[in-house]
Amino acid sequence: MDAIILQILNGLDKGSAYALIALGLTLIFGTLGVVNFAHGALFMIGAFCAVTLSRILTLSHEVVDETRTDFLGNPLKVDVPYLYDIFGQTTGDAIIDWAVPISILFAIPVMVFIGFAMERGLIKHFYKRPHADQILVTFGLAIVLQEIIKYFYGANPIPTPAPSAFTGSFDFGAMLGFDPGSIIYPYWRIIYFMFAAVIIGAVFAFLQFTTFGMVVRAGMADRETVGLLGINIDKRFTIMFGIAAAVAGLAGVMYTPINSPNYHMGMDFLVLSFVVVVVGGMGSLPGAVLAGFLLGILESFASMAIVLETLPGINQIIIYLVAIIILLTRPRGLMGRKGVMED
Amino acid sequence: MGLTKKDFTLLIIVAVLCLFAPFILNPFPEGSAMAQFNAGYPDLMQRLVIFGIFAIGFNILFGLTGYLSFGHAAFLGVGSYAAIWMMKLLTMNVIPAIIVSVAVAGLFSLLVGWISLRRSGIYFSILTLAFAQMSYSLAYSVLTPITGGETGLQPKYTDPRILDGDLPPGETPRANLFGLDMKDSTQITMGDWVFTFNAGYYVAAVVMLVAFYVSIRIFRSPFGMMLRAVKSNQQRLNYTGLNSKPYTLAAFVISGMYAGLAGGLLVAMDTQVGAERMFWTASGEVVLMTILGGAGTLIGPVLGAGFIKYFENIISKINESILHQWFAFMPDGIEDFLVSMVYPFIGKGWHLTLGIVFMLVVIFLPGGLVEGGQRVARLFKRRKPSSDKPDGKTTPAE
Repeated sequence: MDAIILQILNGLDKGSAYALIALGLTLIFGTLGVVNFAHGALFMIGAFCAVTLSRILTLSHEVVDETRTDFLGNPLKVDVPYLYDIFGQTTGDAIIDWAVPISILFAIPVMVFIGFAMERGLIKHFYKRPHADQILVTFGLAIVLQEIIKYFYGANPIPTPAPSAFTGSFDFGAMLGFDPGSIIYPYWRIIYFMFAAVIIGAVFAFLQFTTFGMVVRAGMADRETVGLLGINIDKRFTIMFGIAAAVAGLAGVMYTPINSPNYHMGMDFLVLSFVVVVVGGMGSLPGAVLAGFLLGILESFASMAIVLETLPGINQIIIYLVAIIILLTRPRGLMGRKGVMED
Repeated sequence: MGLTKKDFTLLIIVAVLCLFAPFILNPFPEGSAMAQFNAGYPDLMQRLVIFGIFAIGFNILFGLTGYLSFGHAAFLGVGSYAAIWMMKLLTMNVIPAIIVSVAVAGLFSLLVGWISLRRSGIYFSILTLAFAQMSYSLAYSVLTPITGGETGLQPKYTDPRILDGDLPPGETPRANLFGLDMKDSTQITMGDWVFTFNAGYYVAAVVMLVAFYVSIRIFRSPFGMMLRAVKSNQQRLNYTGLNSKPYTLAAFVISGMYAGLAGGLLVAMDTQVGAERMFWTASGEVVLMTILGGAGTLIGPVLGAGFIKYFENIISKINESILHQWFAFMPDGIEDFLVSMVYPFIGKGWHLTLGIVFMLVVIFLPGGLVEGGQRVARLFKRRKPSSDKPDGKTTPAE
């Protein structure tokens, strides 16, 4: 029993990332009808927002410390972040320590701006082109974005730690009445899951309970009629694209402490997220979220030692295998709507 | 040979280009400043033609039927593994290796195609992508006894090779065609120029010509017409009572076999295989080649493959000091500025250049280089009605 709970928990953090990316993909697909292969790159750019902010925060200048000497006997030069000058040492340290959560505030405007620029600058011109062209141009864009990041940040993963308050682990086993130490789970992953849940909830609430969301939903159902009613649906869809980009970016920001960001992390997640979207059902938001968590958990179950003994390598392919089976038995995916991408 | 005059000319042009490639690709004298633009060395020439085959095959599927497969590298990889096993077990002669690689890739693509072709559009792309990623992951992990995992496979001295005699001690097994070593090269020096003629390249080039001929025949056949009908309107085709599945499946298997052939040839030229050639970016690369050259045209994929492989090699080689040499005639400040502007796009930045070029092509020139050539030709036609002989290389029959 404890092993099962542990695997479910293990699946949650990866599942959250899948769900967030897939949610953004579905938002874009459902509103604009565009298959966005550059969505993984947005996730990656989000992660690098966190890297950038932590670099900005640690910008420092050299100060000669008279009280200490280096090995030659000269006064030691110490790097002092500018933050110390502004806030003093304790507050400065705390801000640097909390760089990743603070990046959320930094990432939202950046990602929304990138989303707008992408939609207005490029994707707008591809609504009338075939899906293959959309796939190809966004694929090219993904390569370009990825290479730009590689040029500025190098090819190696950049470790970006979580705030030290969250670096420990939480003993679920003791709490749930199992042997202490049987279910140990890092704090940050719990936070990631809760963060994802909040974001997903916020997106759904936004679509469900605001007038803006209502118009967008109406546009998803029948774009033409909404346009005929005198509503500028394109503008709203552009905003949705920005929101989808922000969701992917935030997923990336918060993922940095779990996996050090490198320039190709987006591509790695993208392929899986596409599979998630297809399994969930193209254009279905709840389907994307459900499939994201489901596949994340399935993947972690497949990585159990017992499973691997009987079916070696199953953890590598389980997601693809499930996708193939789902597509062949339920062509619309788990919760796909009728009439979406049925050709 | 059952070709129209136009197609025959095209085939002859390609054949002549292949035959004289060692000269054409080596226009600059050895040791000169421009020598880094030479591409006439065996390794690169082999890759030009082999990826040409890969792209020709991909074009039969994508160009004719419009089904965008994102998993063709898997067939290339499977073909490569099959070829290297034939070399390890049977003989270092490349003929059985290539035949088996085509056959195995064909069977594998039959399986993948049979499942993937139940769906179309984006679903088809994702299904093929899923299959390719699955093969890649398996080759990397569980199938290590067969695929060599991360280290890959090479022929070893201790392999059985039942048809070959025992090697003298210390000798490494070499890929050959009835005794003709694939790595055999003859160098001819003419003045400052050095031309290299490589046995492996010519074997690959002959195979490429055959593959090209077959693809012309497919394009011009009733079967090819059916495939185009699938692309233009599959629904209408179905309404007329035709089942399009056998046609698309056949196209898929044929293009899979082409990929297997390319994989087998890669092994014949350079006897090693690693799983990374099945990674999905490799599948993306063949898509780039086909689109860049011009999907649905005969010569386009070959052009695209040549373009990408050539510039990949050349641009990756240029470094900062070479750039400084180029701009040395300018004042220092401008020189440094220009170098810093160009630097991100060369050397390790090759993929950035490729991505940008690819985006520009998809946005402005969906027909690829071929369409670009046709546009230029039309421009000249309009200006000078008398000289309406367009360049045969850039305006093929399509």
